[in-house]
Amino acid sequence: MQETVKKLTPEPEYKIIGTRPQRPDGVDKVTGRARFGADHNLPGQLTGLVLRSPHPHANIRSIDVSAAMALPGVKAIVTRDDFKDQGSEFVPAGEMLINYRDVVRNVMARERALYEGHAVAAVAALSPSIAKAALKLIKVDYEILPHVLDVDEAMAPGAPILHPGMITAGMDPAPKRESNVAKRVEFALGDVAKGFAAADVIVERHFETKSVHQGYIEPHACLATVAEDGQADIWVSTQGHWIVRAHCARLLGMDISKIRVTATEIGGGFGGKTVVYLEPLALALSRKAGKPVKMTMSRDEVFRATGPTSGAKMRIKIGATKDGRIVACDGELKYLAGAFQGSPVAPGCMCAFAPYDVDHVKIVGYDVVSNRPKVAAYRAPGGPISGYAVESVIDELASKLKLDPIAFRLKNAARQGTKAAYGPKFGPVGLVESLQAAQSHDHWKAPLKVNQGRGIAAGFWFNIGGETTVSIALNEDGTLVLMAGTPDIGGLRASLCMMAAEELGIGMDAIRVTIADTQSLGYNFLTGGSRSTFSSGMGVVEASRSIVKQVCERAAKLWELPTDAIEYVDGSVRPAGANAGKHPPMTLKQVAAMAGKTGGPIVGSSSINAHGAAPSFGVHLCDVEVDPETGRTTIIRYTVIQDAGRAIHPAYVEGQYQGGAVQGIGWALNEEYVYGTDGKLQNAGFLDYRIPVASDLPMIDTVIVEVPNPAHPYGVRGIGETPIVPPMGAIANAITHATGLRFQSLPMSPPKVLAAIDAARAVGDVNFKLKVA
Amino acid sequence: MAKHHVSFTINGDPTEILCETHATLLDVLRDELELTGTKEGCSTGDCGACSVTVDGRLVCSCLMLGVEANGKAIGTVEGLAKGDKLHVLQEKFLEHHALQCGICTPGFLVASKALLEKNPDPTETEVRYWLAGNLCRCTGYDKIVRAVMDAATVMRGA
Repeated sequence: MQETVKKLTPEPEYKIIGTRPQRPDGVDKVTGRARFGADHNLPGQLTGLVLRSPHPHANIRSIDVSAAMALPGVKAIVTRDDFKDQGSEFVPAGEMLINYRDVVRNVMARERALYEGHAVAAVAALSPSIAKAALKLIKVDYEILPHVLDVDEAMAPGAPILHPGMITAGMDPAPKRESNVAKRVEFALGDVAKGFAAADVIVERHFETKSVHQGYIEPHACLATVAEDGQADIWVSTQGHWIVRAHCARLLGMDISKIRVTATEIGGGFGGKTVVYLEPLALALSRKAGKPVKMTMSRDEVFRATGPTSGAKMRIKIGATKDGRIVACDGELKYLAGAFQGSPVAPGCMCAFAPYDVDHVKIVGYDVVSNRPKVAAYRAPGGPISGYAVESVIDELASKLKLDPIAFRLKNAARQGTKAAYGPKFGPVGLVESLQAAQSHDHWKAPLKVNQGRGIAAGFWFNIGGETTVSIALNEDGTLVLMAGTPDIGGLRASLCMMAAEELGIGMDAIRVTIADTQSLGYNFLTGGSRSTFSSGMGVVEASRSIVKQVCERAAKLWELPTDAIEYVDGSVRPAGANAGKHPPMTLKQVAAMAGKTGGPIVGSSSINAHGAAPSFGVHLCDVEVDPETGRTTIIRYTVIQDAGRAIHPAYVEGQYQGGAVQGIGWALNEEYVYGTDGKLQNAGFLDYRIPVASDLPMIDTVIVEVPNPAHPYGVRGIGETPIVPPMGAIANAITHATGLRFQSLPMSPPKVLAAIDAARAVGDVNFKLKVA
Repeated sequence: MAKHHVSFTINGDPTEILCETHATLLDVLRDELELTGTKEGCSTGDCGACSVTVDGRLVCSCLMLGVEANGKAIGTVEGLAKGDKLHVLQEKFLEHHALQCGICTPGFLVASKALLEKNPDPTETEVRYWLAGNLCRCTGYDKIVRAVMDAATVMRGA
């Protein structure tokens, strides 16, 4: 059950990979010594606060800061006038495309405030109380405009338009009329009409999901200082400090080399800390005031002005033959992007049917703006939304066909060679193995009690590689310094240290891992796309192998032997082959001590664009009990089964599986952005936006399936995002099997479930099967 | 507005400060005393990241004014380890890998210590209900609950 690793290939003999050592940054994190975003301070720092729009949609006629500026203790104020406008073009930043027209408008409203909480001005003052008083003295003249929140209303003719002149991209011919639909995407394979013609059973359903927030416990925070010569430093809680540097340089018109960004310890991100909010404001305020400026968001600001991910409306149609072969899939997804385009509808479309090998697929997506905060990435962005809908339909089809839901999935599962609708053919993937592991798991066979139901769902995420730099320096005493540039958000230092120790044949204690700042290492794309263990790990292996090669060269020089006559074994060099035994082995420590005399310092580095990231499939099993009196759903048992390629540190892989599943449980059962008709968010706090707490949950069992990724030296796949894809489907299916009712709208919160129970009782629904004790 | 003279002990050390009327105990700890191990996640008492003990009682330091600490004994995460010896809970959190990002960890440790002082032999359900006021978004709580149960066993000398 807990802590199971299923080895499906003969295991190479590793000493460290696959073990569970304590993390190198652990002591700092249990003693309070670790410094997160808000834990950094500089002498003479000012407090920066943001004035936010109280209106969901309004023209900003004028902003008068004179009274605020006159308040003693106020040192600087910035508004839209302090940021140069940016043209509308999509600029690559790492693997993302950034439209700086939108970025500059999101960090500080220009013509319009587009959502409640949109930044309108920022103040730097001697104390938080002075800054707060100053915000009240800023006079903003708003012309209130009608707002729109719902995706269908935003798409309807006559809807209030957020961005005048916006024409839907991806349509041929292009529409003539402006609208809130930023773009249309389509992915297709084969001929769906032909596919459905061969179907014996077709299920078509509509689904709705609500906006949900990443809910990291640490609010956004940064500390910025700009010197008189224009050299700037910023300490910030971020998933990608090179990305922060790029965005800030662009928005502030500064050279990239002028900005040094240090990633502080990060208190959760889940995708939500891949973009900038406070950072450009803090730099602009510091530049104006000539003093360091610290900015921290309140929880209220986090909910109103950052994240969330899209709410969506969807239609999913799947057809299958009597013998359980899926013959066609068709779908339409409408995702809310928030105030600016960029919802994850494209990955939502690409993920939707990815677990299944189907010849005829068509899926169309719409990216729709509305008067909500601009969405940010959230763990497998887009995938959990479409995955919920598809896995619900798959489950209903299995029921209609009277097939076991695992057997039905196995019959149609994507495997090596399957062509996905979004383009590629899969290499070795572990969906079949994960489904088989689910089938043989005792969870699948365990008896259920009254009012309980069991659900299953599969899920998929792509995973990425990307630009990576790693450096390893051999110290004069034989210890090593490892510098990586992907922020450690959940145990990365441990897995990198393990890979270096494995390569170098030494103990982890000899290696100290640092997340380097942007001045100390070459470019790194951010921690996201489940890439950090994969990409930085590849860099670590390459840099370690470079150290080994150099150490062999130094020994060869000393012993006057050819380099290929030297071998490196378990942290020592020795003559090999015909020369074996000619010289006693030299340890890494001995070679390090002589480095000066044999050619100088020994440093291994790796600058790569990590290719070969491989997808990870997962299967979740979930048992629920539904209370017929209250509509409350309790998770009774939960098992996550997922292909990790290879688990470097299995405990942190399990941790990702468990954490992703529980975020999904929150999404399925409780979490949602609740708006009033006034366009204002009504639950901007953890009391009313209820994320799962310890007493809501059972233990989360895990099975790590290992189908190695051939492109990675240790077989690693990204694993952090897939675990949030299956939960909503698995839970919806479990609730269906407990109640006899289908829920096509998230969250399946007690009032919604109770209403459905009452309605089923009222009409005498024959499917309804809850029993009152 | 005049500041208030407030004296209390923190992790046993006598401490005196001048405190603004509206400053919370959390503000005092983090901003005045630079004890940044206590974290701010919400400032509304919903997340537990700022958990401290006040005369042995578990409190969200964001919900208490600094002036109310006068004469009290405050306990924070910085007081858990003694010299270079970690508290059993700290050791068990590391051993069970009960943290990912680590922002909620100080609050969980302080809350768990308060639990085990009150109830040295809690059931899993008792641990889960006691810790329901501490939010963790990374772990799904599984490894945290295991770490606390294991620490309880060790601390009982069982």
